[in-house]
Amino acid sequence: MKQLAVLSGKGGTGKTSITASFAVLAENTVVADCDVDAPDLHMLLHPEVNREQEFIGSKLAVIDKAKCVKCGLCIEKCHFGAINTNFEVVAIACEGCGVCKIVCPVGAITLVPRVSGKAFISKTKYGFMSHALLFPGESNSGKLVTLVRQNAKILAGKENRDLIIIDGSPGIGCPVIASITGVDAALVITEPTLSGIHDLERVLTLLEHFNVVPFVCVNMYDVNVTNTNRILSFCKENRVDVVGLIPFSAEVTRAMVDGKTIVEYSPKSGVSDEIKSMWNKMSAFLGAGK
Amino acid sequence: MIVSIASGKGGTGKTSVAVNMALSIGNVQLLDCDVEEPNAYLLLHPEINRKEPVYTSIPKVDRILCNACGECTKFCQFNAIFVASEKILVFPELCHSCGGCAMVCPKKAITWEKHKIGTLNSGANDGVTIVYGELDVSKPLAIPVIKAVKKQIKAGGNVILDSPPGTSCAFVETVSGSDFCILVTEPTPFGLHDLKIAVEVLRRVGVPLGVVVNRAGIGDKKVYEYCAKENIHILLEIPYERRIAELYSKGIPFCSEIPEWVDKFQQLYSKIKELVVK
Repeated sequence: MKQLAVLSGKGGTGKTSITASFAVLAENTVVADCDVDAPDLHMLLHPEVNREQEFIGSKLAVIDKAKCVKCGLCIEKCHFGAINTNFEVVAIACEGCGVCKIVCPVGAITLVPRVSGKAFISKTKYGFMSHALLFPGESNSGKLVTLVRQNAKILAGKENRDLIIIDGSPGIGCPVIASITGVDAALVITEPTLSGIHDLERVLTLLEHFNVVPFVCVNMYDVNVTNTNRILSFCKENRVDVVGLIPFSAEVTRAMVDGKTIVEYSPKSGVSDEIKSMWNKMSAFLGAGK
Repeated sequence: MIVSIASGKGGTGKTSVAVNMALSIGNVQLLDCDVEEPNAYLLLHPEINRKEPVYTSIPKVDRILCNACGECTKFCQFNAIFVASEKILVFPELCHSCGGCAMVCPKKAITWEKHKIGTLNSGANDGVTIVYGELDVSKPLAIPVIKAVKKQIKAGGNVILDSPPGTSCAFVETVSGSDFCILVTEPTPFGLHDLKIAVEVLRRVGVPLGVVVNRAGIGDKKVYEYCAKENIHILLEIPYERRIAELYSKGIPFCSEIPEWVDKFQQLYSKIKELVVK
């Protein structure tokens, strides 16, 4: 079983639109939406949820008011400022470390499991999907990504699929690291802006660190051709394959409004052609998804 | 006044709004809290005059004092310290620096050492002082770097915080304590979906908010309908114009090339001030 992660560094470069198009074009795959705190893939793939599970990301401290003697030790020792002066736990700040529990002299504090989100196994018109929703403001997105990927693997095994396509989150931090460990290739979607280039370089460094084979796609390449050429020569110098140059098109937004992928909405457009050719290159490299 | 600028969905124009507003009002501190991918300096072009490392504290085990009892491993909720019979392993990437392992160690074998995870850069240009954090590539925990950036806030002045995308802990860490949060969105289904989650978080944290619609004219009207229904102020609309997109791609804040935007961003800031006083 092969795994492909679609990433970007910078947000809003078109990861989700491209991943969704891949899901339509591919055969034999499971898609995994690993952008768990702003998941958007479902708006293009319209999954029907088959199974739902609670995600327990960490623990949460709870203070028993009847036992609490208001000594203040917990407030003093908490590194996260998660206990207020009324001796209540501020859930959004609590990391569930348990320091308050061990310093409390009267045993008034317990740690309880904290439900931080939900994970889903679903079916779409085009195959299977593993996705999730981190509850607003919660932490542990990296752990939830790991759960989504585990679910995708189980699903792929059960349904005899040979490829998992992962839609990653922007950035380079914990959810992104959790999205790329052990994948066979990563496709980085960038745009020809200074921010796009800067963020691309950081993602490529991250991929190198984790020994993941990188590929690059420049989306909306014609918005600034000079910058696109900079990206092309940068990738050439660093021996990174650029597998796609997608032109800007207002059709992509129209497709999104219509709740469709661009390859369904406008299959004959230049954008769709380029996404198809890119998909062929990626599935040939992986030897999967055909 | 502290104003944070956030979005939910990535790439909606947070940084563009932050830098253009900062340049338009002047005499302001701009703090880039998107430490995974800091971009504000790419538009502001500041001269960087100070760089300092950001550290977290991680446990250091004295192997002579340690009797491998395993209390620290049992305590740690993050699996960041592991004691086997002969070996003691510390995983700095997993450690949240809560301090608990040292507290439970009966032999007092654990002290703290510094672990570098990022850099704090400071500089200035055109009446704007900037501080931006930069998480080292391959380090997962952004929060301590965001905290280090926010420590640089000069109380009493005009402060603009540029938030990372998303609606999880990094966003919460950035916006907490702000007087106001601008949510930058685009009028598309993705923009609206992520906007709704961001609104929910801000209401829970208790930060007043308003919306800036970027790339107005693309997509549909649902963002406007949602804001009307939820009584959310739409503070400014930035139309989708190729010229604005091209300027952004070159790292040029559009208010410096299209001067009428200076006025508009100043009005935006005054409007927020009024809302905050109310």
